[in-house]
Amino acid sequence: MNMLIQKGAEANLYLEDWYGRKVIIKCRLPKAYRIPELDTVIRTQRTLHEPQLIHRAKEAGVPTPTIFMIDVVDTKMIMEYVEGKQVKQVLNNLSPSERLRLCRHIGVLIGRLHNAGIIHGDLTTSNMILTPSGKVFFVDFGLGEFSTELEIQGVDLHLMKRALQSTHYKYAKECFEAVTEGYAEAVGKENTVNVLEKIREIEKRGRYIAERKEEGDAEGS
Amino acid sequence: MEVITSPKHNIENGGSYCLGIESTADDFSVGILSFDGKAHANIINAFIPEQGGIHPREAARHHAEVAGKVITEAFEKAKIKPSDVKFIAFSQGPGLGPCLRTGATAARALASYLRVPLVGVNHSIAHIEIGKLITSAKDPVTLYVSGGNTIVSAFDAGRYRIFGETLDIAIGNCLDVFAREAGLRQGVGMPFGAVVEKLASQGKTFIPLPFSIKGMDMSFSGLLTAAVELVRKKKYRLEDICYSLQEVVFSMLTEVTERALAHTEKNEVVLTGGVGANKRLQSMIKAIADEHNASFSRVPTEFAIDNGAMIAWTGILAYKHGLTVPIEKSMVRLKWRIDEVHVPWVLQETE
Repeated sequence: MNMLIQKGAEANLYLEDWYGRKVIIKCRLPKAYRIPELDTVIRTQRTLHEPQLIHRAKEAGVPTPTIFMIDVVDTKMIMEYVEGKQVKQVLNNLSPSERLRLCRHIGVLIGRLHNAGIIHGDLTTSNMILTPSGKVFFVDFGLGEFSTELEIQGVDLHLMKRALQSTHYKYAKECFEAVTEGYAEAVGKENTVNVLEKIREIEKRGRYIAERKEEGDAEGS
Repeated sequence: MEVITSPKHNIENGGSYCLGIESTADDFSVGILSFDGKAHANIINAFIPEQGGIHPREAARHHAEVAGKVITEAFEKAKIKPSDVKFIAFSQGPGLGPCLRTGATAARALASYLRVPLVGVNHSIAHIEIGKLITSAKDPVTLYVSGGNTIVSAFDAGRYRIFGETLDIAIGNCLDVFAREAGLRQGVGMPFGAVVEKLASQGKTFIPLPFSIKGMDMSFSGLLTAAVELVRKKKYRLEDICYSLQEVVFSMLTEVTERALAHTEKNEVVLTGGVGANKRLQSMIKAIADEHNASFSRVPTEFAIDNGAMIAWTGILAYKHGLTVPIEKSMVRLKWRIDEVHVPWVLQETE
């Protein structure tokens, strides 16, 4: 068994049988478009960094796959295959109350990460796996980092918002509100207000963003 | 004397051409297209500041000065009369306020005078649409990189969605500011991007710079500061700094584009915008297109930089769906995102 299950921009995922275990092998293959100096640094850094983040996330109470082996030379990582479905696949098909409950729970998990100084770096619903027992596993910390900076937490949560808008646009607003509620449960009201304020600031920084639209309309003539 | 306040939408009296006006930033441009998509004129008049960046007010003054001349030139080039124009399209946003308003004023005046309808066009969508027209791509992932925009977009569920964008400054802005800070000079036909590209081609040694991808989005401002710092240290060859800067920013753009490609599973990639003229960027985007069995096309520079033809073409698509705008509601929209725009014509093509 050696099956390519995802060909991503950052890494390829293979489903394999590894000494009797069902595992995911995450290979960061060289990208021919990058010069080797840059390519090697990016792949090595991400391969070394990701397991550290995954481990710390577990300590913070966020389910993540178990890592069995890291190979820095071939920039690959062997980890547990988490049985379940991507949140991306299920979110649109849930009943409204289930959907909001799931989003709220995701918010709690993001809050736990941020409490522990962990930034996921790519919070999308395809990087969250809902198991049959109802647990949500966070996967793919390849773009993550350790930080307690409000700015970086803001960007992290802003990505979640953007992911909801691009993939679940029908429910994006209510879903993100539920995420925020869960987040507040984990990090407290005051911190949440600060992060949301930061998100508004980040969105205003992008040149042509909806939040500045009203302002723009007022300027228009 | 009759005071004309809004055009009479009498399409029977109009001809068979659309005149499009583009004025979002430093270029004032007029394009004339027939409904079959043939460009009969595409006159671009660029504002090049003596020094420093583009001041919106100065650029707007330039646009006001050249507007009459450019419009006349476009009519001459297309060999048509004003009465052949069926409607006027203009770039309604996003862009710099004073520049947009100057173009909008010219468009409203023409529409009133000729008594033809007015169509407001989203500038970024116009880049995508002219790209599709010129390259014959049907449903691509588009990487649109310019002085004011950095957008990875693809059509999904009724809208052009953004699959990656900058969190701060645009890629072209990053390269321009870097070039100015490094004391480089641009000229006619040799914008800052081309100057940096030329130096970068002589670079040999890679100097690490922050690689800043946040999920789907990119950040260039920290990277710009770091690159400018390298120049100030006077320890490195400028060629090597340009080389390293290009390698890092283009690798970021390529990774985000590849991610959009993997996510949407489309089989076409279109590169457009002024920065798309860079050969190194072209080769990188082509490489990921090949890897995902997608076709790669680059929009030729005349239609990749800001131009009136793209406004006219997108105007035609919108006009066919009755999307005209009354003059009193034709305010410019400085921060008009592409995922807010109603694009009924795309649905027909992709379904």
